[in-house]
This record gives sequence, C-alpha cells and structure tokens, in this order.
Amino acid sequence: MSTGWSVYVIALIVLNIAGCAWLLLANRSVQIDPREKGQSTGHDFDGIEELNNPLPAWWTWLFVMTIVFAVIYFILYPGFGNFPGVLGWTSAGQHEAEVARAEAAYGPIFARYFKTPIPELLDDERAIDMGGRIFAQRCSTCHGSDARGGRNYPNLTDDDWLYGGDPETIVKTITYGRNGMMPPFAAVIGGDEGVKDVTEYVLSLSGREHDAERAERGRQTFVTVCSACHMPTGTGNQAIGSPNLTDDIWLHGGRREDIERALKNGITSQMPAHVDMYTPEQIHLVAAYVYSLSAKKHGGG
Amino acid sequence: MKLDVVEKNIGLMLGLVIFVISLGGLAEIVPLFYQDSVVKPVPGLRPLTALELEGRDIYIREGCVGCHSQMIRPLQAETERYGHYSLAGESVWDHPFLFGSKRTGPDLARVGKRYSDEWHRAHLMNPRDVVPESNMPGFPWLAKNELDGEYTAAKMRALRAVGVPYTDADIEGAKEAVEGKTEVVALIAYLQQLGTHLQGGK
Repeated sequence: MSTGWSVYVIALIVLNIAGCAWLLLANRSVQIDPREKGQSTGHDFDGIEELNNPLPAWWTWLFVMTIVFAVIYFILYPGFGNFPGVLGWTSAGQHEAEVARAEAAYGPIFARYFKTPIPELLDDERAIDMGGRIFAQRCSTCHGSDARGGRNYPNLTDDDWLYGGDPETIVKTITYGRNGMMPPFAAVIGGDEGVKDVTEYVLSLSGREHDAERAERGRQTFVTVCSACHMPTGTGNQAIGSPNLTDDIWLHGGRREDIERALKNGITSQMPAHVDMYTPEQIHLVAAYVYSLSAKKHGGG
Repeated sequence: MKLDVVEKNIGLMLGLVIFVISLGGLAEIVPLFYQDSVVKPVPGLRPLTALELEGRDIYIREGCVGCHSQMIRPLQAETERYGHYSLAGESVWDHPFLFGSKRTGPDLARVGKRYSDEWHRAHLMNPRDVVPESNMPGFPWLAKNELDGEYTAAKMRALRAVGVPYTDADIEGAKEAVEGKTEVVALIAYLQQLGTHLQGGK
C-alpha cells in the first residue's frame, strides 16, 4: 500500500474510533439527577413518552471495552495503514509456520523411510499405511480406493504391469507420469474387414472364442503391423507400455466391439506426472504401498 | 450538535447515516482498488481462450460453483491437498469470481492438469464410473449439446470492456474456435487450465 493510502486508512480508523468515543462521552455527559430518574425528554407521541434515563452501566462498559479492544488489536495486528503490528502476523506467515511445524513432525519420518529400500518397507506396517493415505487422497481418484482400477485405469493389485512392476519403475511412473498412445489403425489394416480379422486374432491370443478363418488373416496383419509394439507373440512390451494381449486382462474393455473400437479409433491414456506435486520422499512411500499390493501375495518381494 | 437538528432534517440524517456506514468500506475496500497485489495479474496469467470461456459459462450454468469452491486458503491442511494457496492476482480477470463458498465436492482452484481429459469425460458423464463413492450428479447431456459460438465474440468483447486483455484476433476467431465442439470439451478445457498459471506453484 502506498503511503498516501496508508495515511488515508489511518485517518479513517482514528476518525472512527474517536467518533465512537466521542459519541459515548457526549451522551454520558448528560447530567441526570438520580432523583429525577424517569424525567421526560419532552418527546411525546400519542401519550407515549420518551424518558431520559442514563445509559445502563453494563452497556456503557461494553462499549468502552470494544474501543479498548480496537486500540489493542491495531497495536498487535496489521490493519492500521502500513503498520504491520508488533506481533508481525501475516496469513502467509502463519501458513509458513504451520507448514514448518508439519515438516518438523513428519519430515524425519519421511526421511527415515526414504533411506530404506522399498522391498524392505513391506514389513513396516506404518510406512505402508502412510503410503496408503497418500494413495487414498490422490491416486484412488482413478485407480479406486481398493487400487483395483476400473475401465481405462489399471488394476494395481494384480501381476499385470504395463510399464513394469519393480519398485524403481513404479517410482518412475508416479514421478513422471506415462502417456500411452495407440494410433487408429483402420486405414492401415484394411478398413472394417481388416479390423474384424485382427479382432478375431486378438481374441484367439487369450484363448477366447473366435472365428478361425478371420483370425488366420488377422494373424498376418498382426505380425506385420501390430507386432511392432505388441511383439510377434502379442505379449506386449513394458519398455513402451504396450499391453500383453495374451492374458485375459482388458484395460479398455474386452468385448469384440471394444477391441474393434480400439483398432479403429486408437487409444490415448495418460497417467499424470506428480513430480511437482509430491516430494521424492512421499512418492517413495506411495510406491511402497503400490508395490505391497501385489508383492504381498507372493510372500514379499 | 443538537439532536433535534438531526432528527428533524431527514436529508441531513440520511447523509450522516450513509457517511457512518460507509466508513468501513472506505477503509477496507477502496484502497484495494489501487493495490498491486490485488489488481495486477500474476506473471504467466493469460485470459481464457474462447473454448475455455464457453466452458466457464457451462460451469456457471450447471451450478458447479454450488458444490465446488475455487479458493485454496493459506492453511497447511489445504495446501498439502490442493497446492499453493490462491492469490488475488490469479483472479483479476475473473468476471464473475467463482470462488464459491461450499465444498460438497473438492476445491477445484488447481485441478488443471491433475487428471487426464479422458478421466474428466468419464467422470462428468457418470462420476461413479471412476469414483464409486462419489455423490456428484452426472452431466451426460454435455456430450450431446454442441456449441454454436454465436455469442462467444460478444462475451469476449464484454469482458474486454471490463479489462480482460483480449486482442481483436482472439475475438475474430472466437466463433470458429468453439463452433461444433461439444459442451463437455469446452468444460474440460476450462477445468484443465484452472490454477495452472502460477509460476512455481504446485
């Protein structure tokens, strides 16, 4: 605030407080003889008289206290123009103090866990709980509160990993996010008929009911086109996050029409990056929690 | 001053009453109009694009502000969850403000870039598809309604009149930028930029 505005605000505050004090004193100074209590002010409306009684003492003192409070408040806290108050309080400062207190309380705990490799954290129930809290707060929005995902959002409790399920890869996925991109393929693989053929072949990969004749035609297309990402055997490639098509896990839907739609329109999926949102210590614990979901089934690690 | 004088001159009394009750506003509100931290945009702030602006109007129309605030207070528990507290300089071009006052759903002040477009689409169609515990209503018609952009340029001109720095090119291209897009696309565009302009903010 510029000096001019500061002076303006100070003047208004002084005027206000002085005005209130004057109002009180001016009205208190009406001298009334106690014996004449109940004397009329001369205002008479239809036989109803206004009496000139002194202000009640409790009310007067409350008024005095509000004035005193205002003066003390302006000494302690900001508000009197540019005067910051002797306490130096600011809302940003209070926030920083709160954050510092939280950091002092939780920082050492995070730091200790950060030094422990993730596989060793699995035995520490408290560490996994802390990771689980962060997961519930943020990750569960997509992956579900039970971490079992849903359509388009991977299940984190099974053994099927798009980019890999070792602790380092999980940390990397959470930190930097992932962008999964399958381009639309209808034009490349021969229009609607080609899409149908490849769909039957993809169904055959996981041993599902399929049209053998179409699947054979689809296999040839698959080997020349799709295998670039999904590998000739259809088992996918974790280096680029292409899913394994030979298991019966269907992230984007496993019905015939879902597979056809994926081939026709392509699929884009994103896992957002959290590098600006969470500290490496926090990500370490979330990763430990995620790792624990599938690792525990196999007796740790 | 004689009380009689005030009581018997209604005009004088009115003037004095207005003067007294305006003191608070004169001291607390008026100086803000000239304070840089309140009226200057934060570095990196840009006006909403035509599509985002239409999205904002859908946000208003569907009453999102009734359940979602856009105001992160400087409290540790809030900044831990939502990111850096909101700054006045981030809202200088908001007409009207959409701070909200009720959080049935979470605060959205920094929701931009936190979820994918696809997530927002699924969530707006039927929130329970992605968050089983959610009590937010679905907005399936947003995927059907198309924007015609008829008033987009007029809205931008109106905003420019109150200080939002739209260029002539922005306004000329407005109709073209939104025409034929579905409402859900506009709303997602609006949501994805919320709170993303503050440099160094989480």
